[in-house]
Amino acid sequence: MISLSHYLILGAMLFSLSVAGIFINRKNVIVLLMSIELMLLAVNMNFIAFSHYLQDLAGQVFVFFILTVAAAEAAIGLAILVVLFRNKNTINVSDLDAMKG
Amino acid sequence: MINSFQELSILLPEIFLLGMACLILVLDLFLSQRLRAVTFWLTQLSLLVTLFLSLKLLPDATAFAFGESFIHDPMSVLLKAAIYIIIAAVFFYSRAYLHERNMHKGEYYVLGLFAVLGMMIMVSAYSLLVLYLGLELLSLSLYAMVAFNRDSAQASEAAMKYFVLGALASGMLLYGISMIYGVTGELGIPAVSAAVAETGRDNIVLVFGLCFVMVGLAFKLGAVPFHMWVPDVYQGAPTAVTLFIGTAPKIAGFAMMMRVLVDSLGALQADWQAMLVVLVILSLAIGNIIAIAQTNLKRMLAYSTIAHVGFILMGILTGSATGYSAAMFYSIVYALMTLGGFGMIILLSRNGFEADRLDDFKGLNERSPWFAFMMLIFMFSMAGVPPLVGFHAKLAVLSAVVETGMVWLAVVAVLFSVIGAFYYLRIIKLMYFDPAEQREQINKSFDFKLVLSANGLAVLGFGLYPGLLMAWCIAALV
Repeated sequence: MISLSHYLILGAMLFSLSVAGIFINRKNVIVLLMSIELMLLAVNMNFIAFSHYLQDLAGQVFVFFILTVAAAEAAIGLAILVVLFRNKNTINVSDLDAMKG
Repeated sequence: MINSFQELSILLPEIFLLGMACLILVLDLFLSQRLRAVTFWLTQLSLLVTLFLSLKLLPDATAFAFGESFIHDPMSVLLKAAIYIIIAAVFFYSRAYLHERNMHKGEYYVLGLFAVLGMMIMVSAYSLLVLYLGLELLSLSLYAMVAFNRDSAQASEAAMKYFVLGALASGMLLYGISMIYGVTGELGIPAVSAAVAETGRDNIVLVFGLCFVMVGLAFKLGAVPFHMWVPDVYQGAPTAVTLFIGTAPKIAGFAMMMRVLVDSLGALQADWQAMLVVLVILSLAIGNIIAIAQTNLKRMLAYSTIAHVGFILMGILTGSATGYSAAMFYSIVYALMTLGGFGMIILLSRNGFEADRLDDFKGLNERSPWFAFMMLIFMFSMAGVPPLVGFHAKLAVLSAVVETGMVWLAVVAVLFSVIGAFYYLRIIKLMYFDPAEQREQINKSFDFKLVLSANGLAVLGFGLYPGLLMAWCIAALV
């Protein structure tokens, strides 16, 4: 039987993976965008598990809103990425170091 | 049916602003560059009407809409009014900046209006879901605005950093909200508050959720150790956008803190108070000390923001009504002072010259004694010198902290403020006692100078008569 805690552990694992992806990755900005999506999906996993466990629809409604916002966020993220690539000709994370101090 | 119409009527300012933003977006497509002023004045007109709707048309009593997920209370009215006025001044300053650089596009105003709408929703949110949606509407508009100058490598780098760290913060906040939802089974703020009071502090999952929510909020406000994005974004973004990010969103951030920490998780006060103490001390220390080392004025103001956020959080952590109203007073005053500080940078800049180095302010007194005096007011006010309004803001927060018995925290805050006074005074020294490097005339339009002067005199006036604004802030929280 799959219990609530299994879902929560899966959600926590996905969430940690995505945070690690953001902080460890020094290569590619697109991987950062993927990590952000993964992070939101991990949260969705939590919400749906809780929603089912509590027999309460509000959590699933929240998930719909998160999915919509995630789509808008991806659109803006990719648009910024295009602008960045046009200006710097690179999408390497370690090259984003013009400002420091 | 009548009931639902009445409910909708308290959303009238939001609905009106949304309609106007969409209208301006479409209308702007048909305007030539010469008629861009129409977009600008229409934007200002919509802010003015929204202000009128918020202040005059709505009932004085607290009211709810959408099943208690949207609230209209004295706090929301005061904070919204402050946001409209500050954003109207931001648009005045930005117009001159964008116009000189051939970046005067309608999108700036449309994105700005959507950001204002996001802030209004954050201020009035009475459900965690609505709060999240308002926050995202604000953040998404700001990400796009930072990348507004598409040919600048620095701006696009700043936008990317802001985007990634902002999305990370949203993710943290959501993870925390999901935990709170799991424990309480509720999303509405009053329902969460009741459920949290029942479960109490022993529930480990709830405290776990609180940690994540706190990280998310601290990221959004830019409190140390979650401040990495602030200096880069402030420096990299066009000054007109930095001006936007640095002012009104902090007021909305204060409202978000109040709704989440005080209204919904009030029963966990002992836990979030301990977390806030750490954030406050680190913010005051890092903000004030690193600002000394900066040579770029925008970057210096970014670190000064971090220190001011420390003060706002310090008002919230007292957990008393005095502290909350002091923090509210501080956030409004902070927005007013920062508005002036960045307004001065725009005043001195022109196409191809950003005036964002400290040296650009050398000898300003010789070039324009009046605006040197304005900058003096803003800097003294940020440093907290009486009789300017920044002094009363600091005093109100500190006395609330002393009232709660945390005298040591007040002492730490005062010590770091004294260190911080150094870099504000350095600018005044550069303006008055150093020879000018730039000899250019200040060629800004009359209305720009008028708004900037009014801004400076407001800082002085509220400083001489602090009772008025303070009374509003206290009344807003009753």
